[in-house]
Amino acid sequence: MLRFLFSRLVQGVVVIFAVLVITFLLMKAAPGGPFSRDREIPEHVKASLEAQYGLDQPWYVQLGRHLWSYATLDLPQSYRFKGMGVGEIIAQGFPVSATIGLSALGIALMIGVPMGAIAALRAHQFEDRATMLVSSLGMCAPSLVLGPIIATVFGVKLRWFNAGGWYDKSDWVLPAVTLGIIYSAYVARLTRAGLRETLGQDFIRTARAKGVDEKTIVFRHAAKLAVMPLLNFLGPVAAGLLSGSFVTEMVFQVPGLGQHFVNAAVNQDYTLAMATAAFYATLIVLFNLLVDVVQAMLNPRITLAS
Amino acid sequence: MSAPPSSVVSPGPWKVAWIRLCRNRAAFTALVVLALLVMACLFGPLFSRYDQTTQDLALKAIAPSATHWLGTDALGRDVATRVLYGGRVSLGVGLLATMVAMVIGVTYGLASGLASHRVDAVMMRIVDILYSFPFMTFVIILTVVFGRQFWLVFAAIGAVEWLTMARVVRGQVLALKKQEFVTAARSYGASFGQVLRRHLLPNVLGTVIVYASLTVPGVMMLEAMLSFLGLGLQPPYASWGTMIGEGAAAMSDQPWLLLGPAAFFSGTLLALNTLGDGLRDALDPKGSTH
Repeated sequence: MLRFLFSRLVQGVVVIFAVLVITFLLMKAAPGGPFSRDREIPEHVKASLEAQYGLDQPWYVQLGRHLWSYATLDLPQSYRFKGMGVGEIIAQGFPVSATIGLSALGIALMIGVPMGAIAALRAHQFEDRATMLVSSLGMCAPSLVLGPIIATVFGVKLRWFNAGGWYDKSDWVLPAVTLGIIYSAYVARLTRAGLRETLGQDFIRTARAKGVDEKTIVFRHAAKLAVMPLLNFLGPVAAGLLSGSFVTEMVFQVPGLGQHFVNAAVNQDYTLAMATAAFYATLIVLFNLLVDVVQAMLNPRITLAS
Repeated sequence: MSAPPSSVVSPGPWKVAWIRLCRNRAAFTALVVLALLVMACLFGPLFSRYDQTTQDLALKAIAPSATHWLGTDALGRDVATRVLYGGRVSLGVGLLATMVAMVIGVTYGLASGLASHRVDAVMMRIVDILYSFPFMTFVIILTVVFGRQFWLVFAAIGAVEWLTMARVVRGQVLALKKQEFVTAARSYGASFGQVLRRHLLPNVLGTVIVYASLTVPGVMMLEAMLSFLGLGLQPPYASWGTMIGEGAAAMSDQPWLLLGPAAFFSGTLLALNTLGDGLRDALDPKGSTH
């Protein structure tokens, strides 16, 4: 187990550094640089700015310096947010995105799992068709459609919550509900598929033959295996939700992390773009590891081999 | 699956799949809806009295009526006409990017599945790394690289969307490689190219079609998202994403600006997803004809 964790963490670090390198090379390949958009800057000021940040050096020296700063955990400053370290910027946005993301995940599971379970237990009956129809509709209402509708109805018309901003304690509700509804559709489908697949397996038939009652079969025997596809899906989704969803944060004008993924790339803020990319990759690595460990705990057929 | 008696004519696997698809009411409806939609977007604008970019402030912000089926926007442009023009862009983008993704994904997956164990492992590690990459950053950098070359951006999106396709094709190839009929073909002296063309490609084609049909809505959603963020198609031209973005800004006063394009957008996604599910059932070799 410890060996497994260690080797996976080493692999994870390799992945994170690979993501840093790819991001840097892509940003370098794009024309212009972090200061080329400020037209009012005179040429000599721009040159001295670039010298100050080491942008006048060959690209491999720059890349090496970036990687070294991550290796020593001495994170660089943002090019655009003057005087702010990229770590600070992420630390400011992350609590906002994480609040919304975790609540959204909770809402998605609370709606999606029961829906999918009912659909699986009543396969091809009315309940199944109805829940699957609702979830198909949910999959086709992306956040850029659902978000403005929810903001208008509950924010502007009914005035239950603020339509946007991050001032009151309850401001997480509308963005979290928007994302929760969207992901609950996927959760319901995966729960249904997982449970139906599991209920068709031999060990369930054996349990039924032994006279185990249906409740125990579903909740004790089948549930453990049935959540496998859902878990595989939730790993990357949790990473994505915790690092902020750009559209939802934009619709509800929330100061989360999502904006930095977009703006850092648009402004060619190399340091911030690399930091956000590395942060996202870290979350992906951690959640995938978590999913693997949980799956091994639930399914005796899976062993954690490195 | 045993060979049918020679007296019974067996329909080919593609014909069986087509029959199954037509018997699936939901999938068949989705297919008809999509066909109608494509026709409407291609030919509809020819019959419209309005133009997608001509502004007429005398006609601004009219609610849906008999003359303007989906109303007009703040600049007096007919929303219905713009939805049809926007549909060309959104559907075109979806198809273009999916085709690029399909070509790259199938090639990569085939190569990885057929390569030696070591090369395969390296190729799949690369896919893993790309999966951990924040996709939005990549796409936005591409919009910076290609400037406002809208179509190139989406060819590039296709170049990113191939990961799942590559994984699936590789998995299929690995499974097929060990099957008896491939070994048999090899022992007859079939060349590598023959095995590839006669046995491997036809067998992965079904899966590829299913995944392609499920990639189209994903790409369309991305196009909408980019346009919504102002990084996609530039005004005055319309795509469903830009129209939804404009509609979202005016949602409390002119809700029809959002609801009209959103209905077309979501309806298309629903039809595509339903068709994809139907194709998966229809092409499933374990399924029955009845």
